[in-house]
Amino acid sequence: MEKSSFATKVGLAAMLRGGVIMDVVDVEQARIAEEAGAAAVMALERVPAQIRKEGGVARASDPAMIQAIQAAVSIPVMAKCRIGHFMEARILEALAVDFVDESEVLTPADGEFHIDKHAFAVPFVCGCRDLGEALRRVGEGAALLRTKGEAGTGNIVEGVRHLRAVRAEIRRLQACDPEQLMTEAKRLGAPYDLVCRVAETGALPVPNFAAGGIATPADAALCMALGAEAVFVGSGIFLSAEPSRRARAIVDATTYWKDPRKLAEVSGGLGAAMPGLEMGTLAEGERMAARGW
Amino acid sequence: MACVGLLALQGGFAPHALALREIGLPTREVREARDLDAIDGLVLPGGESTAQLRLIERHQIAEALESFVASGRPVLATCAGLVLAARQVKPVQKSFGWLDLDVERNAYGRQLDSFEDLADGDDLPLVFIRAPRISAVGKGVAVLARWRGEPVLVRAGAVTGAAFHPELTQDRRVHQLAFAGL
Repeated sequence: MEKSSFATKVGLAAMLRGGVIMDVVDVEQARIAEEAGAAAVMALERVPAQIRKEGGVARASDPAMIQAIQAAVSIPVMAKCRIGHFMEARILEALAVDFVDESEVLTPADGEFHIDKHAFAVPFVCGCRDLGEALRRVGEGAALLRTKGEAGTGNIVEGVRHLRAVRAEIRRLQACDPEQLMTEAKRLGAPYDLVCRVAETGALPVPNFAAGGIATPADAALCMALGAEAVFVGSGIFLSAEPSRRARAIVDATTYWKDPRKLAEVSGGLGAAMPGLEMGTLAEGERMAARGW
Repeated sequence: MACVGLLALQGGFAPHALALREIGLPTREVREARDLDAIDGLVLPGGESTAQLRLIERHQIAEALESFVASGRPVLATCAGLVLAARQVKPVQKSFGWLDLDVERNAYGRQLDSFEDLADGDDLPLVFIRAPRISAVGKGVAVLARWRGEPVLVRAGAVTGAAFHPELTQDRRVHQLAFAGL
């Protein structure tokens, strides 16, 4: 018997497809998420929009809070650690969370290196802005990717940019002759073997979900249409006027993204979405997506 | 030509499409009751059974699923799909009772306990991901494979159930068996 093989890690990612992973800060929110049909929850102390507003150093969550959420729901529970903070990751692994998100939403702990994720039994999800970043994370052992988007803004523009960038670069690799691939690997800053694999299969080696800025059912459907295989919703649900209804609507939209009539039906009467932020109002240092490399 | 539907509400339906294509069966995704009219077999894939149930309820698909299974057309239920098809589920949640057996959700543990192995006395590869355990089977249910003595692959009438994920391996015997008549 082989426990926690890479196949079981990517396998769990594959089972989350077509689903919504919701940020929750307490047991009550976790129950609302599960009841709405979330495929998993992300347990954290503050959602990204709150972190953005309050500032300071954002760290991994209190283990007691994560355990309370694990006890309250039957769906997978994920939790975030800081980029490069392998001890926070070890603690989350000891708690037996189902996925660790090495996340730019928290304050990075290492200015140079991401975690060696091959060294862990727990699977990791990591953010990416383009194909090079995606393949660097897979090279380090990530079993799932997500776009970085721009967390806590309720603005989908960066998530769309990252989904499109990954797609365009995959197409470009597919059109390359074999002798071009080493130069492409150099340009992308990505492992050569993974570049060759993407060129051959036309797909990433692990699933890629959307994250960062999803606030409406239409946002979720847009991400699915751009090739995301599932969506993470951070601040968008529990900072909206009616979290339970919005959670259900985003779950429905992620399943029925091809059906505009259904989308119109589920999008109605949800109350106010979370307040949004325009990218131009963010100072360079306020961009979470720029953390990590 | 026969076509197999994949219940595509949430979960791992895409790998089933690849597995079925390998054995020469075309597939189509099923998201609404009317999609069930045009298919000859059905896969209930893995994923999160609670999420799948909420979507079945909110979009009124239960009745159409019931009559599809009652029609005797072949069904393959894997992991979360097996939870939906069971007679009784622990901890208690709604299920359809298409297979006369009891399951315990996530009984093999959290993700850290997910594993790969071979079936007892066989070379059938098994991938278990936060898998349900089949804790009791009724008289009319044939046990086709076991792991450490416990049933993991079962069949009753036209319904085949697997606690593991045959679609995530290269072995196509489970899909061939489930849809042998098509």
